[in-house]
Amino acid sequence: MAESESVITQEMKDAIGVESKPTVYSIEKNAVMRFAQAIGDTNPIFTNEDEASKTPYKGMIAPPTFLRSMQHVSTGEDEGRIKSPYPANVDGGSEWEYFEPIRVGDTITSTTYLADVHERQGGKFGNMLIMIRETKYINQNNKTVALQRTTGISYQPQD
Amino acid sequence: MNQTYFEDVEVGSDLPTLRKDPTPQQLVKYAGASGDFYQIHYDVEYANNNGLPGIILHGALKNAFLGQLMTDYIGHHGSLKKLSCQYRGMDVPGTPVFAKGTVVKKYVENGENLVECEIWLENHEGQKTTPGYAIVSLPEKS
Repeated sequence: MAESESVITQEMKDAIGVESKPTVYSIEKNAVMRFAQAIGDTNPIFTNEDEASKTPYKGMIAPPTFLRSMQHVSTGEDEGRIKSPYPANVDGGSEWEYFEPIRVGDTITSTTYLADVHERQGGKFGNMLIMIRETKYINQNNKTVALQRTTGISYQPQD
Repeated sequence: MNQTYFEDVEVGSDLPTLRKDPTPQQLVKYAGASGDFYQIHYDVEYANNNGLPGIILHGALKNAFLGQLMTDYIGHHGSLKKLSCQYRGMDVPGTPVFAKGTVVKKYVENGENLVECEIWLENHEGQKTTPGYAIVSLPEKS
C-alpha cells in the first residue's frame, strides 16, 4: 500500500502542550451512585452513605474512573479542542495516577492538554491518527487528586 | 468487605477474579452515567458503518471493571495509586468478561506498603483484550 500524506496539521503541532480552559464539576452523590450502579459495583463506599461513613473514608467517594465522566459534561467541551479529520474514533487506553480520594461534595477542576500526536499507517483500521492527552484533576483544596493519560485513535472507516 | 493486608500478599498470587456480564442495557446505563453517548456503544447500524461487527463495550467501562477489581482487592483500608490499561481487543455485550490480576511485586517506598499487579480483562474465549497494571498501597495487620 502506498504511503498516504500525513493528516497532521501545523495546528495540531501547535496545540501540543497547550492547556485547555478548565472544566469545573461537582461530585454529586446521585451521580456517583448512578455510575456505580451502571458499572455494577456494589461497594458501599460508592453506593451507601451510612455504610461509607463507618469506613476510613468517613463518607462516600467516587469509583476510580468516575472522573472520566467530567469530559462529557463540559459545555465548552469542544471549544479549542483539536479535531481529527477522521470521523471514527476508538479508545486506545488510559493511565491513571491517584493522589487523594475523590469525595462526594468535592468540586473538581480539570485541565487537559495534547501531549503527543502521531500516525500509524495500515493498522487494524487502515490509517490511524493517534492523540495522547493528559488531564489533571484538582480539588477545592487545590490538591491534585488525579492525573490521567489517554490514547485516542481515529480512523477513516473502510467500505 | 474483606481486607487484604500487606503481610499476606505473595508475589505470584492471583487476585480474586471479577466476572461481569455486560448487556446492551448496561452499555446504555454506562452511557447515561458517564455522559459518553458515542453511538458505537448502542446503535448497531452506526457501529457497522464504522467498520465494527456490532456494538462494543466502552473502553472506559472496561477500565471501570478493572478499577473495581482493584478496589475490591484493596478493601476500605487500602488505596489505589495507579491504574493503567490498553484497549487491544474489542469486547461485545452478551458474553461474559473476566477481570483478573496477578501480584508481580511488593515493596516499601516512602513508608508505604506497595503492591504492583499485572491486570487484564479476558473474554469468554480466554483472550486478554485489555491488559494493564495497577499499583496499590495496603495496610499492615500490626
